[in-house]
Amino acid sequence: MSASAARLASASSTTVNASRRTTQDAPWVRWTLTAVGLLFLTGFLALPLASVFAEAFRKGVAAYFQAFRDPDALAALRLTLLTTAIAVPANLVFGVCAAWAIAKFNFRGKSILITLIDLPFAVSPVIAGLIYVLIFGLQGWFPPAAQEAFFAPAAGIVRNIADIPGLGWLFGGLADWLAAPKIIFAVPGIVLATIFVTFPFVARELIPLMQSQGNDEEYAAITLGASGWQTFWHITRPNIKWGLFYGIILCNARAMGEFGAVSVVSGHIRGETNTLPLHVEILYNEYQFVGAFAVASLLALLAIVTLILKSVVEWKFSKSTQTAGH
Amino acid sequence: MSLFRRSSRSVLPGFGLTLGFTLLYLSLIVLIPISAAFIRTSGMTWSGFVEAVTAPRVMASYKISFGASFAAAFINAVFGLVVAWVLTRYTFPGKKVVDALVDLPFALPTAVAGIALTAIYSKNGWVGQWFEPHGIKIAYAEPGVFIALVFIGLPFVVRTLQPIIEDLEPELEEASATLGATRWQTLRKVIFPQLVPPLITGFALAFARALGEYGSVVFISGNMPMRTEITPLLIVTKLEQYDYAGATAIASVLLVASFVLLLIINLLQKWSRRYNNV
Repeated sequence: MSASAARLASASSTTVNASRRTTQDAPWVRWTLTAVGLLFLTGFLALPLASVFAEAFRKGVAAYFQAFRDPDALAALRLTLLTTAIAVPANLVFGVCAAWAIAKFNFRGKSILITLIDLPFAVSPVIAGLIYVLIFGLQGWFPPAAQEAFFAPAAGIVRNIADIPGLGWLFGGLADWLAAPKIIFAVPGIVLATIFVTFPFVARELIPLMQSQGNDEEYAAITLGASGWQTFWHITRPNIKWGLFYGIILCNARAMGEFGAVSVVSGHIRGETNTLPLHVEILYNEYQFVGAFAVASLLALLAIVTLILKSVVEWKFSKSTQTAGH
Repeated sequence: MSLFRRSSRSVLPGFGLTLGFTLLYLSLIVLIPISAAFIRTSGMTWSGFVEAVTAPRVMASYKISFGASFAAAFINAVFGLVVAWVLTRYTFPGKKVVDALVDLPFALPTAVAGIALTAIYSKNGWVGQWFEPHGIKIAYAEPGVFIALVFIGLPFVVRTLQPIIEDLEPELEEASATLGATRWQTLRKVIFPQLVPPLITGFALAFARALGEYGSVVFISGNMPMRTEITPLLIVTKLEQYDYAGATAIASVLLVASFVLLLIINLLQKWSRRYNNV
């Protein structure tokens, strides 16, 4: 009895071993593939990232921090933050609206709409800049002369508001801009181009997420007398918060780092229309390598923070879907 | 007529408002500006258009852009398959960090990637110094364009394959092993066919991204006309010379190529979904 049990046990253990041998890769395969994969990732990802910091600190810590005393670098940082502060919320509102319409309702043309929302990802960044030059540039559909005529009435009103004591700091800049509006080779063009290249990020995260969650909870809220906004804020928002955050992180990273599209519409005026990535280019082309890599290291840090936050959100999200499943 | 009309009543509010805003924003930011490129192009005479998009310098830019993008997407398909397999099937210390690092090309600004890659692959760089004595130039030559495009396209194949490999049914591998197949036969005849659709999708995504890439390439390529001048750079050059018609004509060629790729990718994803649901 005990002998046969032992034989049975040993027989079953050989089957397990055999099946493990044939459903898992041999150790030398595992080692070779892991080595090849890691070598590839080291060469193409880890080395470039490390080299940014190595080049930035090549002439010491003092030279590194000297780069951030440059007023043009600070102006570039301010412009990058301003652009991001407009582009990300704009695409956030759009993303939530698009996801609500697409995920909560049935209508014809839905798949066309989803494809059109993804369109900016298929367009070269350079073309993203070009199309705004075609519209707002000197030979465009809405050239500077037309912009001036268009904004003239508003310019007068805003100027009057800005002249009220105490409101000048808030409306002065807007009044100045409206009096001599400039879109291409100015901040509005940079903002528009940034909005274009980051257009799909939030929407494409939210649409599949909200589709998978269905409408039952929202139906219940509406039936119990909640308003549309209350339903969104108290029911939908908590359900989509991680997807929302994920979209915002990616949108933010791209908005701060965009180069091609912004380069076409910027005009490269130092201290005025240079974002951080454009400032990196200028310093680099002037052979100020330490300065260029120092500013670049700031953007590389942004990338690292983005990757960390992204991993945290993925982890939180997988946890929340696991608990929701029970 | 009935496009974008709600097909069934729902008790949920906000359909008109959210869809209306979506369509307005989409039109203002994306559709009208893109159509501007095509309308501008249609204003050109046919012979003028053909001349603008087939000039020798433009043709040379297509060659390097399409050639290097194709080669980079191919290398990404091969190594992306290995990386995706290693990251889903094996365990090793630091795997989480490596997995997060795969998305670096999405998070690192392209200009930063461009100057970093140039620093590594130029003649005094960490890697370039080993090639330069043998007469192999990477930065400021064709291989530089290829290197930058591999970097840019790297996450696409890995991220398309990973969920598919995770969802592979172990029963199929067990059945194949039980029926006497060797591991190599199982990999080749049972697993690999299931990975073909996502592999091609990832390839197409990486190719499409590489085709339009500008920021990382301009630093490392040296931008020599007829040799390492990519098509997006040529558009910028024409714009800087105020040759709006020329820039727009080339842009419309690139746009059509991107749209065709987008269509192919959509079809591939449908195929992939159906294939893996069976």
